[in-house]
Formats: sequence, C-alpha cells, structure tokens
Amino acid sequence: MAQPAGVLAPAPGRKKWEWPWWVSPVGTVSALGLFSIYSVWETLTHSSGQYHNYLSPFFSPDVRSIGIQFLPAIWVVWAPLLFRATCYYYRKAYYRSFFADPLTCARPERPGRSYTGETRLPFVLNNLHRFFFYVTVVVMAFLWYDAVRAFIFPSGFGIGVGSLLMLLNVILLSIYTFSCHAFRHLVGGSLDCFSCARGPILRYSLWKTVSKWNQDHATWAWLSMFSVWGTDLYIRLLISGVLHDVRLF
Amino acid sequence: MAEMRTLHVFRGDQSGGEEVAYEVPVESGMVVLDAVHQIQATQAPDLAVRWNCKAARCGSCSAEVNGHPRLMCKTRLDAIEGEIHVRPMKAFPVIRDLVTDVSWNYEKAKQIEPFAPKEPAPFTMYQRDVERSQQFRKCIECFLCQDVCHVLREHSAKEQYFGPRFMIKIAELEMHPMDGADRVPFTSHQAGVGMCNITKCCQEVCPEHIHLTDDAIIPLKERVADREWDPIRALFRKPAVR
Amino acid sequence: MTDGMIERLRYDVVILGAGGAGLRAAIEAARPGVKVAVLSKSLLGKAHTVMAEGGMAVSFGNLDPQDCWQTHFYDTMRGGKFLNHYRMAEIFAKEAPDRVVELEQWGAVFDRTPEGRISQRAFGAHSFRRLAHVGDRTGLELIRTLQYKGIHSGMDIYQEVTATHLFQDGAGRPTGVFAYHRQSGTFCVFEAKAVVIATGGWGRMYKVTSNSWESTGEGAALAMRAGAEMKDMEMVQFHPTGMVWPPGARGLLVTEGVRGEGGILLNSEGERFMLRYDPEKKDLSSRDVVARSIYKEVQAGRGSPHGGAFLDITHRGADFIKRKLPNMYDQYLSLADIDITKQPFEVAPTIHYTMGGISVDPETGATSLEGLFAAGESACGLHGANRLGGNSLTDLLVFGRRVGIGACDYAASRQEWTAPSASQVAEAEAAALAPLDRAEGENPYQLHKDLQELMGEHAAIARNRELAEAGLAKLEALKLRSKRLASPGSRMYNPGWHAVFEVEAMVLLAEAILQGALWREESRGAHWRLDFPDADDQGFGQANSICRLDGDEVKLSTRPVPQMPAELAALFSSGQLPVRQGTDQGGHS
Ligand SMILES: Cc1cc2nc3c(=O)[nH]c(=O)nc-3n(C[C@H](O)[C@H](O)[C@H](O)COP(=O)(O)OP(=O)(O)OC[C@H]3O[C@@H](n4cnc5c(N)ncnc54)[C@H](O)[C@@H]3O)c2cc1C
Ligand code: SF4
Ligand code: SF4
Ligand code: FES
Ligand code: FES
Repeated sequence: MAQPAGVLAPAPGRKKWEWPWWVSPVGTVSALGLFSIYSVWETLTHSSGQYHNYLSPFFSPDVRSIGIQFLPAIWVVWAPLLFRATCYYYRKAYYRSFFADPLTCARPERPGRSYTGETRLPFVLNNLHRFFFYVTVVVMAFLWYDAVRAFIFPSGFGIGVGSLLMLLNVILLSIYTFSCHAFRHLVGGSLDCFSCARGPILRYSLWKTVSKWNQDHATWAWLSMFSVWGTDLYIRLLISGVLHDVRLF
Repeated sequence: MAEMRTLHVFRGDQSGGEEVAYEVPVESGMVVLDAVHQIQATQAPDLAVRWNCKAARCGSCSAEVNGHPRLMCKTRLDAIEGEIHVRPMKAFPVIRDLVTDVSWNYEKAKQIEPFAPKEPAPFTMYQRDVERSQQFRKCIECFLCQDVCHVLREHSAKEQYFGPRFMIKIAELEMHPMDGADRVPFTSHQAGVGMCNITKCCQEVCPEHIHLTDDAIIPLKERVADREWDPIRALFRKPAVR
Repeated sequence: MTDGMIERLRYDVVILGAGGAGLRAAIEAARPGVKVAVLSKSLLGKAHTVMAEGGMAVSFGNLDPQDCWQTHFYDTMRGGKFLNHYRMAEIFAKEAPDRVVELEQWGAVFDRTPEGRISQRAFGAHSFRRLAHVGDRTGLELIRTLQYKGIHSGMDIYQEVTATHLFQDGAGRPTGVFAYHRQSGTFCVFEAKAVVIATGGWGRMYKVTSNSWESTGEGAALAMRAGAEMKDMEMVQFHPTGMVWPPGARGLLVTEGVRGEGGILLNSEGERFMLRYDPEKKDLSSRDVVARSIYKEVQAGRGSPHGGAFLDITHRGADFIKRKLPNMYDQYLSLADIDITKQPFEVAPTIHYTMGGISVDPETGATSLEGLFAAGESACGLHGANRLGGNSLTDLLVFGRRVGIGACDYAASRQEWTAPSASQVAEAEAAALAPLDRAEGENPYQLHKDLQELMGEHAAIARNRELAEAGLAKLEALKLRSKRLASPGSRMYNPGWHAVFEVEAMVLLAEAILQGALWREESRGAHWRLDFPDADDQGFGQANSICRLDGDEVKLSTRPVPQMPAELAALFSSGQLPVRQGTDQGGHS
C-alpha cells in the first residue's frame, strides 16, 4: 500500500521544514555527474595546468618534470579520484543517488532487484580505500608545495586570487583527507583499548580529533570537491586568457 | 470541545488488512501512543500494539508514522502536519495490527559470541576506553534500524546480513577493552557486514542517536579490511588471543 | 477445546518474569541438568527494569573509602524506618559488591572514576556516594547484561507468554503454571517443581505513576490467590519528582540523579524549601520526606502552576547536564519543549515502587507456600517502609541469585513432577476464556481507570481512617464489576483480553493496600496518616501487616518485626560508623 508523504519533524516537538525527498538524490547526481564530465574533459584535452607559479591540482605533481608529456593529468588524477570513489561518504552518495540502493530511507524501492552490497565485484574493491588514502597523502605533500609556490611570484612574495584559492583548496583537501575513516582507524580506531597501547594519550587524542573532523566528513567531501573544481577552473581560465589574475599584494 | 484529529491505523494480520480511521480528542503534548491508547480504551479494545514504558526506554512501540519508522511514544501529534497514518514495521511479518514478529532478531542475537573477559572483574578500565562500547549499549532494541535498513527491508537479505542493530552489538564487544574474543571473521562472513552499503538510514532513525554507521559499521569494515584486504597489516598482526 | 490440545511443558524451575530479578534467578538456577523456563509477558529485554535510571547502590567505597557494608545496612534500615527484615538488609548490604562486580564480569560497562574503577554517585538518604551507574540508563545496562548472559546460559525464555493461574497439589504446593501465548492466543501448561514469582510491582494501580505498563501485579496476585502471605502492602512509594506537564507525560520519572548531581528544589516563591524540612540532607533527603515536603508546599499555596515544585539544575552547566543526564535532557526537550540546562522545570510526586509484597525468607526467597518463591519488587522485606533509591536494582541481583539457588535446591529435593490434573487445566482454561465469551460486560480499561481514581483518592500520599474506609467500601463495587469483565475480539494479540487479567489482579491487591492503610495508625515512611501524624515506634512500628486471601476476603493480621541481634543493633547506638564529612550536594568534587 502506498504510504502518503507527510512532514515529520526530525525531533518531535520541533517543527522543521524539510526538503522534498528527491532534492538530495537529484542534487547529488547533478553535482557528481557534472564534476565527472568536467574531470574527463580537463584531463583528456589538456597537456598542462601550469600558469606561471600556479599549478592546477589536476596536474600535481607535475609529471612533465620527469619527462612524461602525454596527458600529464592522467598520471596523477587516478589517485585522488579513486580515493574519492572508494570514500565511505561518496559511496553512500552514489549508492543512494545513482543506484537507488536506497534512494531515500524507508521508501519502497523497485522490488525484486538483486542486491549484493559490497560483497561482490566491483564494489568489494572499496575495501582497498586505505591504499588510496596512503597515495593521496603523498599527493597532498605536493599540493602543499604547490600552494606555497603560489605565493612566490617572479618578483618575490605576493598574493593573488589564485594563491588564495590554492591555499584554501589545500586546506579543505587536507581536512577532507585527514578526516577519512581509514585514517581514523589507523590512528586509534583499530585499538580495543587506548590505555593499553603505547602512547595512550597521544593515540586517544589523535583518534578523538580525527573523530571530531570525521563527523562532518560529508561536508569536507563536498567543499573540497568544489574547491578543486574552482581552483582548476580559475587556472584554466587564466591559461586560456579569459581571466586575468588579480594581485592583492 | 477538544480538538479532534483522525488517525488512520492499520488493522489486520498476515492475510492482509487495511487502515481504519479513528477520531481522537487531542490533549496538549500528546504522542501517537497516547492516541492509540485512547482508541483502545474507547473504540477498539482489541487494537494490538506493543508498548511498555511510554518513556522511550524500552523500545517496544516501534511503528511507522506516515512512513517514518518511529517510536510512537516519542512522536508528538503536534509535530505532524496533515493526516496521521500509523502502520506496523515493514521489515518484519505482521502478527496483528501494529504488532510484528521480531523473533528473527533474537535468533541473530544468540549467534554472536558473548563477552569473553580476559581477566576476572573488577576491571581497571578508563572512561576513554569504554566510551565506544557505552554508546552502543544505549541501544534499546527497538529494531527501527533493522526496519529501515534497505538490505532487510527491501531485499529481505535476512540470511546474509544481521542488520545494523547487531553490527553495533558486535562492535560493542569488539571494542570492549577487556574482551578477549575475536569476532572479525564472523563479522565478515556469517554476520555479513559487506552487505551494508553504508547508506546511513539506520543512523538517521535511531531514537537513541547512536552513530551506527560512522562509529560501528565503518570501523568494523576497516577491521575486516585489516584481515582480508591488507597484506601489510596482516604481516604485523599478532595471532588472536583466545 | 479440550486439555488434549493444550501443550504441556515440563521444567524443574519455572520463573515468572524476565526483569532483573527473574533473569538473575534464571541464570543462577540454570545449572547443568536443571531445566529452567522464564516467562515474560512482554519481549525479552523490555521489562520494567529497563526504566531504572539512577543506579544501583553498593558500598564499594570507590569514591568515599569510608563506606562499608555496615553503613549501607544502616542507611537501608534507617530509610525503611526499621520495618525492614534486618536479615534481608544484612545479606543485601554484604553481598551487593560481589553481585555488581559479577555484572561487570558479564559485560556491564559502568561509568568510570579517573582511576579506572566503577564510578558512584550520591543519592537520597545514602550516607556516601554509592550508586554504580551508567549515565541515567542503569536499568537498561542491567537488563542487557543479564539478557545476553541469559541467552547463553541454557534456559528457555518464553516471550509474550502471560501466566494466568498457578496450579497446586493437595498440600498447596505449586505444580505448574497456566499461561497463554499472547501472539497466538493459545494456551500452555508449564509443569514445574518450583515456581519463582519475579513479576515486579503494581504501580499501574495509580494514575500518576512512573511505572511501565507491566507493573500490574499479576504475579503477586497469583501468589495471593494460591494462599501465600503478603506483607506491608500499605507501603507504596511516592517518588518526589515526576513530570507534571504535559498531561500525557504526567508521572514520568525525573531521576533522583538530577538532585544527586546537584539539582535543587524551589517553591513558587523561589525558596529552597528542603532547607526547612530537612536541614541536614536537604534535597537529598529520603523519598518519603521530599515527596511530603512538595505536597505540603503545594497545599500551602506555594506550588508551581501545575501543582508541583520547581527543580533547578541550570547552575551545573549545559555540558555537564547533557553528559550526566542525557535522557532527562532529551525527555524534557522532546516531550515538554523545556531545555533543562536553561530553565527550572516542574516536578510533582508520582507513584514509583511497591515496598510491600509477597513475604519471603531472607535466605532462600521461599514464600509461606512450600515450593513457591519470590524476588524483586514483587517480594517484600528488604525495604521496610521506604525504599532508598538505587537499592532496588541491587536487590534484584542479590535476591535474584538467592532465589535462583533456593528454587533450584528445592526442585532437586522433589523427585517427581506432579502434573496438574485435566480438570484443573480445564478450569483454568475456562476462566481464561470467559471474558472473550461474555457478550455484555465491563470494559477492562474503564474499570482500570476507575480503580486508579479510587486509589488516587483513598490510598494516596496523605491518608486517614475515613479515606481508607470509604475506599474499601467503594472497592466492593469494583470487585463485583471485576468478575464481569469482557473483551471482544479474537484471541490473537488482544490487549483488551490481557487487560482483564491485569485488572483482576490489581483489584485484589488494592484491597490489601487499603486494609493495610486503614490498620496502620501511625505515620511511617511512605505511609502518612493525617490523623496519626507521628511514628508509633513502640506499637505499630514493631509490627508488619500480613494479608492473606481467605475465600473471597482479604484478611489482615500482624506479626512482630524480627529483632536484630545485638551486634547489628549496636550499629545504631554506638556511633561507631563512619559519617560523611561536610558535603552539601555530594556532587562531584
Ligand atoms: C522510572 C523508574 C526508575 C527507577 N530507577 C531505579 C534506580 O535508579 N535504581 C533502582 O535501584 N531502582 C529503580 N527503579 C525501581 C526498579 O527499576 C524496579 O523496582 C525493578 O526493576 C523491579 O524489577 P523486577 O525484576 O522485580 O520486575 P520487573 O522489571 O517489573 O519485571 C517484571 C517481569 O515480569 C513479567 N511478568 C509480569 N506479569 C507476568 C505474568 N502474568 N506472566 C508472565 N510474566 C509476567 C514481565 O513481563 C517482566 O518481565 C526505578 C523504577 C522506575 C519505574
Ligand atoms: S548503513 Fe548499512 S546497516 Fe545502516 S541502513 Fe544503510 S545498509 Fe543498512
Ligand atoms: S541501534 Fe538505535 S534504532 Fe537500532 S535497535 Fe538500537 S536503539 Fe533502535
Ligand atoms: S576519504 Fe572519505 S572515508 Fe576515507
Ligand atoms: S513504549 Fe517503551 S519505547 Fe515507547
């Protein structure tokens, strides 16, 4: 029997307006879809993301410095992309929005579909998330290096809109990366007893901090995705001459 | 004259049934369970409903109010706009009216290896070490998370997956500082943690605000990954203490 | 339907009730080779015990090292106004630490002290910080621990199976239990060598109550009908702080933990009135005193808008309150739209606990009927005229275990089962089915409501002779009506049908309460007679009331309170006990 939709306050006693249920899946599909298309276009049709001292995050580390000229982004973006593709938050987002497993809570799905969760290929490979985390940490080091370089202009230290964008981007990416569930597990989550481990206070406070960041992991996931997107787009527009960088200092 | 509201309550059993409309006078601060009692006392004495505490402590009065899995004793009428429809939990077979057969949960509970203390009590345990288990022990076994979990609700995969309630049960034992048993292979195989695709509906409905997915299921998946997907970690692992 | 179609099951020990007492008894009784059945009228883990909040009293002395079993014994006897059975209190205080440690061994996770030991909180009328607790959900912790221990201990647990009749042999010994499966409506006979009653209290007899649906006293009524002695039935505890508003939440408990953590009571003039009534223990005085004080303030016109007092814990700060009293915070926010971290909230006395009950032997939990045992809230003896907060949960553990041993030993001494005869079973069946067949009859919900009104008027916090006599007279009519209860509908999960058994039981127990209330011409503990406002230590204070069913009549007699041996009595005179030094609220130093 069909269930009529009704508005139910999330906590009884307080009325709160809710988005219609389909807003979230439609939003997620659009954002993730557009970003994917953009990424493909960006990586496959460009041979450089460099604009003076700015380097687009899609192209960092810059593999041209070791002699690879062919589609330099391809050699780099697989790591953060797979990191995100296997991220616990993005998994939730795409299972819900792309696969309707489930589209939204407690609403009838199409019955009779087979479902194996994360027990079969390809989704079982999501268990490899931690390895993409390790690789991404390495990439993060380069991004920080790039962010610092973005403040060093030929004339010396300076601040441009691009430098600020790149700094903001790397900060958001770092929070996203270090609020990862795999990292949370690594720093302390794997322990049954913090006090029994070596360095109990350190392990506990690390775990506690990561746990706190982790609560908003979804937010960091979106913000950092948009910051990568924005930073890259800005640099792309600088390269193509549509925009001119504004120096603030 | 008191304000009246209409409740559409499911009446029926395994063979089917339908919603019946009842008019109920509203008092301030009234919850859905009060309304159901009112119906019982004055209009339908045989209206089947489970409840014990009326204080959101026992987890008996689980049902679906306008399609949302809720405790009836914690859902205020004045928080619902428009029509009120009360139906039994969908993931479990109906016995009668709002009462469902939740015995499957008790069978699963029995299959989980019980607490196996490493040493005799009293234990020296610190608050920071028991926090995680304590969160999971807040569970009132209302089974709303089981009801909302699409693996059980839509795909009826009760053979393959124990459901979120028992993921936190396992997590509670695994993260107990004094527990010596190893339930990780069990979690991966019999209990089927892989069936969960971390879509978090369980976490959204839990009346005890337990972070089932973030604090129990994902950490359990990580522990399974330690064993089954991480050759580096497997090398360094001490053999499990039994 | 004939007896031939009714399932018969055979157990050594049949335990009625899966609350703390029932489960603890079952764990103890389920020794290898002993078959144990536990019956519960609701699902496993939902028993009334889950509602307990504040904690379980035990003299670990983790925070106050001076604490010891003697001080716990002393407080329990003093709180009970010496109506307690001293031996029960002694066993209780001595064994409590082992029982609670045992719970930790089985997986309970109590809040910890900075040293990593079980933390303890202050509670009304306890001399020291004594309550082992888990936030404000200690009962849940106890039930879950016993539940998960129980399912692995080799007992058979029958969920949603209600006992309606106790079978007896010629000598009055129980031979089994007649019960029905609520889900299917089918009947079942449990043949037993020993029967344990652990069905909890009967607070639902009152309208404003903190108790769960289950507390309707069927177990106690079964025992009484079988001829067992009931003791001190007039002793019904009013918890000083229940919710007052909104109406739907009226009576819902506000844990004593709020005051234990520093909350203070104020009247409408903003006065901290407990300083006047009990300058020493103040807001943490014993429950009877605090409940009466609130009642008196309201009578004097200094009550809150909805007829109670204000409880204020805002000075403790939002973080502290949310961590230590999360359920209270949530309860007020979701049900009453009140944020207790920001404003004082209204409270008023609510029925909470029944000290009276089946009279039992302190060592084994044996009742006056051979082969019948009782423990937990349905039993009587430990708490006297007033139960101290936190003493019930520990009671369940200490005497749950003892009754488990007692029943198991007794069952071992009986060679064979005595099967209830076919005619006995047919009679029980007919009685159970009667309400379904009665076309015209009384609505059990209505009778329940009328009984609640009667008790609220005639056996409430303030009593006197006229009230009790008039109550008994009115009860006669209800007794008649209770014989004509009808519940239309099918047998499958029919709550109306179930309510019939509950209401019958409560009407019976109500008579015992009213008789006791009429008889005890003094004020003692929870029993407050306006016409006899003082305690009569030499007279009534020396006697327990005993109620027995004689045919259709409840007969009251008395028995002297057992006298303590000299070494225990000395505790009360010598001043040798450690006392608590200069603390105010006893909060966390
Ligand atoms: C809100 C609240 C807070 C409390 N807080 C505390 C506290 O902090 N500390 C403390 O020490 N005490 C506290 N108490 C008191 C304590 O919880 C109870 O006294 C105690 O739990 C009673 O336990 P029990 O095992 O005797 O019975 P219950 O827990 O009442 O269990 C009764 C069992 O009997 C079963 N039953 C009943 N009738 C039948 C029948 N006819 N057939 C089959 N089965 C039947 C029921 O299904 C149930 O399983 C509190 C009480 C309340 C209401
Ligand atoms: S997160 Fe997993 S367990 Fe929770 S509802 Fe979703 S699929 Fe079920
Ligand atoms: S985890 Fe939450 S939703 Fe699930 S059974 Fe426990 S209390 Fe209910
Ligand atoms: S990055 Fe999202 S969980 Fe690891
Ligand atoms: S009745 Fe206990 S949770 Fe609602």
